[in-house]
Amino acid sequence: MFSTCFRFICKRVKQHSLPSVSCSNSYATEATFETKPFRLHRLECGPSNTVSVTREDALDLYNKMHMIRRLETAAGNLYKEKLIRGFCHLYSGQEACAVGMKAAMRPQDSIISAYRVHGWTYLMGVEPVGVIAELTGRQSGCVRGKGGSMHMYAKNFYGGNGIVGAQVPLGVGVAFAAKYSGTDGVCLALYGDGAANQGQIFEVYNIAKLWDIPCIFVCENNGYGMGTSAERGSASTAFYTRGDYIPGIWVDGMDILAVREATQFAINHCISGKGPLVMETMTYRYSGHSMSDPGTSYRTREEVQDVRQTRDPITSFKEKILTAGLVTADELKKLENDIRVTIDEAVKKAKTDNEIGLDELPCDVYSAPLEPTVRGITPWNNLEHKRLGPAVNLH
Amino acid sequence: MVTLSTGSVILVNVAKFLTRRAFSTSRIVEAQQMTVRDALNTGLDEEMERDERVFLLGEEVAMYDGAYKISRGLWKKYGDKRVIDTPITEMGFAGIAVGAAMAGLRPVCEFMTFNFSMQAIDQVINSAAKTFYMSAGKVNVPIVFRGPNGAAAGVAAQHSQCFGAWYSHCPGLKVVSPYTAEDHKGLIKAAIRDPDPVVVLENEILYGVAFPVSDEAMSKDFLVPIGKAKIERPGSHITLVAHSRAVELSLDAAKELAGEGIECEVINLRSIRPLDEETIVKSVIKTNHLITVEQGWPQCGIGSEVCARIMESEAFYHLDAPVIRVTGVDAPMPYTKSLELAALPQPHDIVRAVKRVLNVK
Repeated sequence: MFSTCFRFICKRVKQHSLPSVSCSNSYATEATFETKPFRLHRLECGPSNTVSVTREDALDLYNKMHMIRRLETAAGNLYKEKLIRGFCHLYSGQEACAVGMKAAMRPQDSIISAYRVHGWTYLMGVEPVGVIAELTGRQSGCVRGKGGSMHMYAKNFYGGNGIVGAQVPLGVGVAFAAKYSGTDGVCLALYGDGAANQGQIFEVYNIAKLWDIPCIFVCENNGYGMGTSAERGSASTAFYTRGDYIPGIWVDGMDILAVREATQFAINHCISGKGPLVMETMTYRYSGHSMSDPGTSYRTREEVQDVRQTRDPITSFKEKILTAGLVTADELKKLENDIRVTIDEAVKKAKTDNEIGLDELPCDVYSAPLEPTVRGITPWNNLEHKRLGPAVNLH
Repeated sequence: MVTLSTGSVILVNVAKFLTRRAFSTSRIVEAQQMTVRDALNTGLDEEMERDERVFLLGEEVAMYDGAYKISRGLWKKYGDKRVIDTPITEMGFAGIAVGAAMAGLRPVCEFMTFNFSMQAIDQVINSAAKTFYMSAGKVNVPIVFRGPNGAAAGVAAQHSQCFGAWYSHCPGLKVVSPYTAEDHKGLIKAAIRDPDPVVVLENEILYGVAFPVSDEAMSKDFLVPIGKAKIERPGSHITLVAHSRAVELSLDAAKELAGEGIECEVINLRSIRPLDEETIVKSVIKTNHLITVEQGWPQCGIGSEVCARIMESEAFYHLDAPVIRVTGVDAPMPYTKSLELAALPQPHDIVRAVKRVLNVK
């Protein structure tokens, strides 16, 4: 029976070389795959092209990617219903990057990114309802609705930053603090192909290398900086080499196991005292830059469809783990159903929950307020400055 | 009416020679003196000793002992880990400092002058000032930004701007502008201990000035509360409100006016955010006249804010004359010496303004 399965598997697998599997009962417990080759800059050797995943991890990785896809789809719909206002930048298509990186992170590691971070917020410990209700600006949002799409925070996750590029020096600072305090943590500082030309990034490449700061610069290259393709915005699109004197790795960002492997490699590089590293994950976003961008004026629908059909990070991983016999279709279906229920419930809450009261408008401007009130619209209605939040850096 | 007798002239000159400064209401047991530079240096040293998380970064702060020698000796004492020379990349190192503060350290980020802080202002405002609010009170940013602010001498337009108005505009920041040595020591220490972002606007000209310092101020736990002004010189005829070097000019003017029987109450703001409205209002209720004095530009300046606050407070009903702002001339700073002098308020400008407001010849 097994040899029949094997022949069947061989026929189906086109892109990947034959997976090797180790079996117990009728499940495989671990499978090995080959990734696309990594491209290296100033590195003698890089992450291994041969990657393996256990059954447990496969379920977990799939679960997380699918959750993010569902979450982002729900967000898109809520935006169209006008229940999310302002900016909403969706991560659909890029799931393998966040989930792959998180899989390699240790508890003492931190991450900071720009504004395409709904998925990261979830991965860093916020329940889906905490993300979606934040998007709709309600009190069960992870920052009570005061931040919105671009300003979500969690433990070891420093946002959620709206100013393109500004998060990178902040990330280097977080990594600096880890080194200063001896926590052995690294910080992943994420930015896009559009942000990659920011001067402040080059300023902190310099400082990170000079001071051996354990920072991993991650360029999530999804091919477009808003409506400007990478080729139209950058004289050099080899973003993994842009750190010049900093070693770099190019990774296929649609392959979650490759991302995980490369991130593992990067973390080991940093914590062994070799200083910073640049990692470029080549990925793709299905939506426009944000919900106000249909995403079709600067690229063809065919291009988007093509990526969905041939390179989708979730379906390609699903195919891999199914054909390797790591999981069954029924198991995945159950996972997907559970996710759908979770998201549906979160959406419901996010639609019906209340906003915070007006008394929270002047709340938490300062962690140690020196005046009891905040100046209101007119001098006759000054507002009471309340303190609600936990202020993690008070003492 | 008091006329200056020869005896008083001698006394005044001797006092001038000894202390160079006017009266302070701090208790002075011995006439111990400290320059502003030493006050800052001591304050930084004490706070670095007290809390391991405090570190200083900026251009030339370590090996060079500080461009203005404020950090003299600190690198030698604390080493590379705690006193760090940065490349000339303000946006980068200010961002790193803010990130380090978010992650729990207590950075003191020096801008060689606040003119260069413009390169990094996005990190000061959008990353430091707003993060606590955006995170609904989760991530506070215990950082200090410090350095010389405003006009120096002969450094021309790009190196002479006062940033008091720009920074004090933004909720989320605390902004202080010390004058005396005690102010500097107490405020830099308070700023470092404060869990929110604090901008400390110093002044290059003041660095070398010596002030009498009380015993209390010599203590390692001496703090000056942020948000509280100080009445440097009590008076009954008119209130002068100033910050930083403008306090010196106001005190000089007050001295001259006292000789003509006009008693000015000089308020040293010490903080511009929060602004000690209560002290100003109380003073105006007493004197019925107000002049603000600053070296910065007039439009949307500190004086404008003080005026607006007075208008909105009960002090308005006690004014016998409109509030007047004495400010720098509304032009970039010229290099020409005589023009530079004329571009900044001098004591005689303040004297003239006081007399005009009081309708005195």
